[in-house]
Amino acid sequence: MGYPREMQESIKRLEATRPFRLRQEIPRLTPEEKNRLLEQFHPDFRPDGMRPVRVGPNKGQRMQNELVDLLEAYSRIDPERVDLSHIDYDVDVLVIGGGGGGATAALIAHENGARVLLATKLRLGDSNTIMAEGGIAAATQPNDSPYLHFLDTIGGGRFQNKRELVWALVHDAPLVVEWLKDLGAMFDTHPNGDLVVSFAGGHCRRRVHSCKDLSGMEFMRVIRDELWNKRVEVLEFSPAIELLLDEKDRCAGAILMNLETHEHIIVRARAVILATGGIGRLHPNNFPTTNHYGATADGLVIAYRAGARLLHMDAIQYHPTGAAWPEQMLGQLITEALRGNGAQLVNVHGERFINELETRDVVSSAIIREVRHRKNGVRTPTGMEGVWLDTPLIDILGGEGKLDRMFAGIVHRFREYGIDVHKEPILVFPTQHYQNGGIEIDAEGRTDIPALFAAGEVAGGVQGKNRLGGNSLLDIFVFGRRAGKAAALFAKEVPPPGKLTLEHVRRYHEELAAEGIEKGRVSPLLLPDYTRPEVKQRRYS
Amino acid sequence: MPESLIPIYIMGKRYEVPEGLTIMKALEWAGYQLIRGCGCRGGFCGACATVYRVPGNFRLQVGLACQTPVTPHMNLVQMPFFPANKAIYDLDKVGSPLETLLQLYPEITRCLGCNTCTSVCPQKLQPMYYVAAALRGDFARAAELSFDCIMCGLCAARCPAQLAPYNIAIFVRRYYSKHMRPKPKHLIERVAEIRAGRYDQALSELAAASEEELKKLYVNREFEKL
Repeated sequence: MGYPREMQESIKRLEATRPFRLRQEIPRLTPEEKNRLLEQFHPDFRPDGMRPVRVGPNKGQRMQNELVDLLEAYSRIDPERVDLSHIDYDVDVLVIGGGGGGATAALIAHENGARVLLATKLRLGDSNTIMAEGGIAAATQPNDSPYLHFLDTIGGGRFQNKRELVWALVHDAPLVVEWLKDLGAMFDTHPNGDLVVSFAGGHCRRRVHSCKDLSGMEFMRVIRDELWNKRVEVLEFSPAIELLLDEKDRCAGAILMNLETHEHIIVRARAVILATGGIGRLHPNNFPTTNHYGATADGLVIAYRAGARLLHMDAIQYHPTGAAWPEQMLGQLITEALRGNGAQLVNVHGERFINELETRDVVSSAIIREVRHRKNGVRTPTGMEGVWLDTPLIDILGGEGKLDRMFAGIVHRFREYGIDVHKEPILVFPTQHYQNGGIEIDAEGRTDIPALFAAGEVAGGVQGKNRLGGNSLLDIFVFGRRAGKAAALFAKEVPPPGKLTLEHVRRYHEELAAEGIEKGRVSPLLLPDYTRPEVKQRRYS
Repeated sequence: MPESLIPIYIMGKRYEVPEGLTIMKALEWAGYQLIRGCGCRGGFCGACATVYRVPGNFRLQVGLACQTPVTPHMNLVQMPFFPANKAIYDLDKVGSPLETLLQLYPEITRCLGCNTCTSVCPQKLQPMYYVAAALRGDFARAAELSFDCIMCGLCAARCPAQLAPYNIAIFVRRYYSKHMRPKPKHLIERVAEIRAGRYDQALSELAAASEEELKKLYVNREFEKL
């Protein structure tokens, strides 16, 4: 297969400019230039992409349309029909979500003496964590410090991050790297045993620690293995579809649904940790996504219905480099570590157009400008357009073998389609990647609702309006650990909750009805629906 | 769509789907909403291991449904789960490498050397070789050879000696990374500094700074050279 002829013409131009580009330095944008670029080209600024939500704690605030649809929807259950006296599980800490954040929280809560149940929608480990390629940011090098990591993170977040959360993030970062190393995660190392670190956009130091280009998978499988070793109880294919509160509006458990039998499961818990991840599978602004099949905003929806406030839900991250060819890989993540190790972005004429290590919001906007506004995109036979990511530069700059050593996954996946990334570039276009905001938390992972904690992508405030590369693997472990410990302590020290209720769901339904929102749409979504309309039409029953 | 349709057989049942789709997208095109057998959709998670045959070839072929395009007359079934043996261990209380391995997975010595595992690995790994390296006590080699494993279960499903190579491999990698590779000095030192509170005040001052001050510090920070 490989690239069709018309795309090869453009590759020739890219090869011709390589000697010049190797010497070319593109200065970073000033804050004013950045703001202009974002306002003109970042999808968050499209006037029709968002609308104000009509109900709930954030009433009146603008959020992504696809999310508002789910917030302005009714519960999957009729509160009148649920028998809350029939309790299936009674635990200290219920963790909802089986990705990196949830698994970490469960492990730490267990280590702190709590009886833990982890419930997850798909398999334990099914998450965006497992797909994170680049690595984890931490100031572990002698030329680096948490102080610089703080500055980079808050500047990258457009200064909107909650300061106490950034403090916790960068402070705990080296501790988390040590913790993962002690669990047996196989970090990339130099021959003397020192950890290899790479650049990511917006970081002023090399500080992203990787395990080849499968960093998230390595962390996830190690933590999952440890959960199994510790015999922490896990319920797979059992998503939470509603939180339970007590009469004083304290969180007291959740209703799960067995995805295969559709039976409901009532869990009473002294503390609940939400770690359900992001919203990519809602496809904001119709973008493809790098996200896992399960990223359908379930945690946001049930927490919002229970009264938790959301933060920065008007900020979605589009990763600059999603695959744009071959068609089968559309939207899949092409790690930023490639740019961090010297790969350049190049238009149809072989020209660079942005410093590749600007923050993601900026680089994505620059690619969109290059393709949509300046018409300098490379067109595929299916009509998709993108720009080149010049991967051969990595071996040219770093010596032959570097691509194979650090990016074996990328090499392997493209080889399946007849593309040799040692010799040929990759075609890329921005793809939805991350929800920058989420449920507002404090530094211990506490939400507005007593006994409800949140960690990872579902939580908001850590990353401000734009997350830096390497900071989300960090986020899930820092706040997974903090929430796990805080929830275990809470369960130990605070008296148990009162009577379980779904009163908050009734109230929410009333609020929906008062706004004239008709019944019919229910949430959480649980699974994306990629069924064709033609098939749906013929389901007559 | 639809350009040219090709026949495929999902668990023996015929559907016509557009050429060029991955197996996963073909399942959805046919009308399936997947619960099992679908995960990251990007080749990382091992949820969508699929076995198939094409006419005229007696051999079973394998692939990840999210990565493998359909071909005409492909007859396929997914294997979303396999009940493989996994040993329980405490990584803080283990003995010497080989002794521990043989204790946890005594069946490893049953390996016949048939290499069926290699022929079914969708990641193109060679489980037989990492199993052999582990058995020689060469954990470094076994860790390196097995690193790209996504734990899909196909090797365990096909192993005539009934090993679960991927569970053996994750034990070996964890043992190797924790006990056989030194902890880097720069990490030990930084962790000690953080535990001693060395950065607390500087961070707290940043956290209390005005937005204007932060912006100035941010714009003026110096970049390490690429």
